Amino acid sequence: MTSFIPPSGIFIAGALLLPFFKGKLRNFLIILLPALAFISLHLLPSGNSGLVEFLEYILVFNRVDRLSMVFGNVFIIMAFAGAIYSLHEKDISQIIAAFIYVGSALGAVFAGDYITLYIFWEAMAFSSVYLIAVRKTDKARGASFRYILVHLFGGMLLLAGIILHIGSTGSIEFEFLGLNGLASYLILLGFAINAAIPPLSAWLSDAYPEATVIGTVFLSAFTTKTAVYTLARAFPGTDILVWAGIIMALYGIVFAILENDMRRILSYSIINQVGFMVVGIGIGTPMALNGAVSHAFAHILYKGLLLMSAGAVLYTTGRSKCTELGGLYKSMPITLGLCLIGAASISAFPLTSGFVTKSMIADAAAHEGLTTIWMLLTMASAGVFLHAGIKFPYFVFFAKDSGLRPKEPPLNMLIGMGVPAFLCIFIGVFPQSIYQMLPFAVDYVPYTSYHVITQLQLLMFSGLAFFVLLKYLQRTDTITLDTDWFYRRGGQIVVNMVGTPLVHLSNSLSKTCFETIPAFLIRFGENPTAAIKIGVDTMGVWADKKMGRTPSLKKLVREKKIYPRSQIKPLSIGAGVAFILFFFIMMFLIVLNVI
Amino acid sequence: MKKFIEFMDRPDIRKKTRWILIAILIGLVLIDPFMEKHPVFAVEKLPAFYAIYGFLSCALIVAVSKIIGKLWLQKREDYYD
Repeated sequence: MTSFIPPSGIFIAGALLLPFFKGKLRNFLIILLPALAFISLHLLPSGNSGLVEFLEYILVFNRVDRLSMVFGNVFIIMAFAGAIYSLHEKDISQIIAAFIYVGSALGAVFAGDYITLYIFWEAMAFSSVYLIAVRKTDKARGASFRYILVHLFGGMLLLAGIILHIGSTGSIEFEFLGLNGLASYLILLGFAINAAIPPLSAWLSDAYPEATVIGTVFLSAFTTKTAVYTLARAFPGTDILVWAGIIMALYGIVFAILENDMRRILSYSIINQVGFMVVGIGIGTPMALNGAVSHAFAHILYKGLLLMSAGAVLYTTGRSKCTELGGLYKSMPITLGLCLIGAASISAFPLTSGFVTKSMIADAAAHEGLTTIWMLLTMASAGVFLHAGIKFPYFVFFAKDSGLRPKEPPLNMLIGMGVPAFLCIFIGVFPQSIYQMLPFAVDYVPYTSYHVITQLQLLMFSGLAFFVLLKYLQRTDTITLDTDWFYRRGGQIVVNMVGTPLVHLSNSLSKTCFETIPAFLIRFGENPTAAIKIGVDTMGVWADKKMGRTPSLKKLVREKKIYPRSQIKPLSIGAGVAFILFFFIMMFLIVLNVI
Repeated sequence: MKKFIEFMDRPDIRKKTRWILIAILIGLVLIDPFMEKHPVFAVEKLPAFYAIYGFLSCALIVAVSKIIGKLWLQKREDYYD
């Protein structure tokens, strides 16, 4: 082991210390932990360290190379911004869960082997689900339950793939895998669930919007981007990912346009943006991978910023539906300004981070001569501006005045938003700051007049389309069906199909056991002799009918009618005693004979 | 800050802002023939290709979304309750 604690350890151990502190000291610690983790990150020696023997394997906790460092850096920066944003929160358990979640994500990114990766992968699922469930609404409870079920399923697929992989290769090293055989398919599916590739994506748009204000901010950054990292590590150049990414990018836009809840719009926008990264990974050339990785870096910051501004609106108004919001620019101009920086970045306006990162992916597609892919990516870029760049800020802060005049959120929230907002602009103005971190040497110049003007044409005319088509984009009080229908409604149908017959069986069984049989026994007990007589006579009548004789029904009917009285003359006690005596004598004789 | 918002809220300023935006749109199209192009694909050589493609893409996305939303995907909020 190295002599100091790795960043993941600082977050997880630090989170467990938080409950022992109060007030300003606790706030200081909340900000100190990401700072310490950042120092620890840059003290990590490159190459493999943090080796631990486990059974006959060697676990690698810190695999440090350019790819893992990019993600490590942005994860800690985002955790820092998120920590400041959360300082007002009195429920410390949310921050503890968030820090354990961040620590697990860092652990997964720096894991050099499948076993360590799997452990942190599952730790991420369990710490993140708390951020949803802790909102304590019925919807949040339901969504968190579905969230953890989907992630446990994904974890099982990943584990099955890992076991098969270790079984066939004997190696636990987590390196380039590529698609070759069942193990790799299972591992890819496990990653794909966390990357929210449709149709395995509904957990994201189902659960993220139901989390707490700070929960959603943290959630947006880590799970999907850890999956992007693992895909970039194990499956670069896998063709199927190109099309998977295109589907994600377009699917995210269509659903975001149909949605009404502002945080759900932004959740679909995560799927859309991760789509761009997955395309880059699928193309797999150095330029495309650089694009995917740098876009992940930029995306974490501006999506965090957008969800922070949405969170600020939810915090101050208690509302998240576009139909109930609007006109907030009058009383929340600072939040609006920060939100617009995020909106410009996600839309890839020149001088923002999205412009210098996303364009690398489209250009990589162009370099490879992938015409259709390039056309669809450009279409998706236009669509991003439509749904995240305009729709979200327009309907929340402008549009029809809702009459709400909330104050700006607490200062710590504004500062928390200021950190990523500053970086969005900084990266956009100084692209070298991010290019020098990337896995491959960058030979890309984003700021040519051609690129700037064509990008502005694309975006401004997309904006024009928004306002021309505004009447078709009006907000409606609806929800949008997604593939979670299959386990929300489909689940119900399956339960009904299996359950209805079972319930029927159980009802008739309990009726027989607890009603019919006891009732018969009680009735029988009222006069057993007469009951037996009736039974015998019934059989007699039945036998007569079979043999073709005329049954004497009259007697049976009369017996039934007077029951429990009967015409049988009861034996006297003397006769009873004589019977018992006879029985004993017979037994005595039998016993004697045996002896 | 408050003054700035009140300034932007004035009807005449709103109108001017709109005209500035329209002027930018026209300017972006007019500059097109004069800039040095580095097209990779043939379609990029079309005049103001990005402007037209951006507008049509968005129109297509909105149309497709609306149709599948209305016919299929959009449900009342209590659908799952």
